Amino acid sequence: MIDVRGVTKRFKDNVAVDDLNFEVPTGVVTGFLGPNGSGKSTTMRIIMGLDHADQGEAVINGTPYSKLAQPLREVGALLEAKAIHPGRTAFNHLWFLAQSNGIPRRRVHDVIELVGLDQVANRRVGKFSLGMGQRLGIAAALLGDPGTLLFDEPINGLDPEGILWVRNLLKGLASEGRTVFVSSHLMSEMALTADHLVVIGRGRLISTGSVGDFIATNAGQYVRVRTPRPDELEGLLEAQGAQIRREGDGSLSVSNLSAEQIGITSGNAGIFLYELSPQSASLEDAFMEMTRDSVEYHGHRLDGATATTNGK
Amino acid sequence: MAMNTSSATVWSSTLATTRPQRTSGLVRAEWTKMRTVRSTVWTLLAMAVITLGIAALAASTIASRWNTFSVVRRLTFDPTSMSLRGLLFSQLIIGVLGVLVMSAEYGTGTIRATLAAEPRRARVLIAKSAVFFVLAAVVGEVLAFGGFLIGQSLLTSPVPHATLTQPGVLRAVTGGGLVIAVLGLFALGLATIIRHSAGAITAYVGVLLVVPIILQTLPSSFSQPILKFMPFTISNAMTSVASQGSSAFSPWVGFAILVGYAIVSLAIGGWLLAKRDA
Repeated sequence: MIDVRGVTKRFKDNVAVDDLNFEVPTGVVTGFLGPNGSGKSTTMRIIMGLDHADQGEAVINGTPYSKLAQPLREVGALLEAKAIHPGRTAFNHLWFLAQSNGIPRRRVHDVIELVGLDQVANRRVGKFSLGMGQRLGIAAALLGDPGTLLFDEPINGLDPEGILWVRNLLKGLASEGRTVFVSSHLMSEMALTADHLVVIGRGRLISTGSVGDFIATNAGQYVRVRTPRPDELEGLLEAQGAQIRREGDGSLSVSNLSAEQIGITSGNAGIFLYELSPQSASLEDAFMEMTRDSVEYHGHRLDGATATTNGK
Repeated sequence: MAMNTSSATVWSSTLATTRPQRTSGLVRAEWTKMRTVRSTVWTLLAMAVITLGIAALAASTIASRWNTFSVVRRLTFDPTSMSLRGLLFSQLIIGVLGVLVMSAEYGTGTIRATLAAEPRRARVLIAKSAVFFVLAAVVGEVLAFGGFLIGQSLLTSPVPHATLTQPGVLRAVTGGGLVIAVLGLFALGLATIIRHSAGAITAYVGVLLVVPIILQTLPSSFSQPILKFMPFTISNAMTSVASQGSSAFSPWVGFAILVGYAIVSLAIGGWLLAKRDA
């Protein structure tokens, strides 16, 4: 289990991580979600003891990383793909890590085989593609057969086959009772892989809990309504507390009222409905909605308006 | 590429039977890192060719021109110092290598893997320094003795040549090799402080060559006391059999000052390494 307790990290002029508290449970895949620049990588580096927290601490099974005698046997991490000397071979990169933690040579061969790099083990890492670099980083994380694993954006640069492989690997590791903590800025990917979520924005905790709870709480329900008399119906529904958004095709997206209540209202007023269909917002939408105030860098449309996908 | 798409759970428990970690693991890891990049091999090779080549070149030039030398020049000729002249280039090159073994970790990001494997950062620096010191000392001694032997063998009669049994000669040769190793450590310390190859190499070359050159253009009453502390002056005194008089410290006092430089740069580097984010 990873326990992050009141961690704050300031860089020169901004607060990267702001009083962050969360736990990463064992035996499940925990997704670490947040927009780019929200402090995910910094948090992971603090857990790994690479960055020093200004306040608070992060512990792994009760122990700070810096107090682990043979850390690779307890914690494995993929923090950056290709943060590896380009002139060294894949085997030699893993071999020096193994030596430093008393891990036998045959284990190096095992993990190379596990990630599918056996054909290129003696090739210099500088010649590797981003995807091969990710696989080597994953091999390094698995080297000490650790009970706790951290992966920062592990599917970056992987092809579809590789993505599926990582997904299954993460689930497999969790099912063996390990603690698996995976960061991503893609909600859709986490919806497929993770059981548990920690969501942050601008270095602050936004939400933590199971993926199911997250969907139930945040994937908002609304009802799509089409009618020849939208203005009239809008007034009637708003009087009952509905929140209505006019869509581009002339339909209404109504929230805060059930389909039944909308049907009764329009029936009583004699307004015909062409469509009355309950919808649920996607997880991606929920994530956008949740983090939109905490997105560090907004995209802009060419007409100058803030893009709707991540704008205010 | 062969790959295991479905089963992440192909798991061999090869780790069950292994011994607990010892410091030697860290030392072996640092040695693996040093020997598995091409820059180490090429740098040492270049060092050997230049150092031994200069010894041979200097000796044969002197042998062929001996007849034209003045009496004063013949009387002050120090065959040992002459054959060790190439070590100045070794000092430059070992500095580059000392910088690279640390700065390459930062330049490539390997430092994060290194510190994840051993979060007690001082131990990492000590292991790296120890391995590099032994490597640099072995290479330094081989080149000092090699240069000496090649140089002396080319000094044929009537040119006087030195033997290791003459007073001061063994000290000059072994000391020349040791200076290489200590300067390499000094450069490693600079790289730990500066963390960038170009910056650290510039600082090292500045201390080794540029500052002495600038000082020599200034009035000697001002520059002399400072020049005594320069690695250039110290290593000259070490590799000369004849005394340098009051313009330099005696060989081993100078050497102790060099060791001091290396210790200070490594201590500051180690303190920063522990304090800074990786």
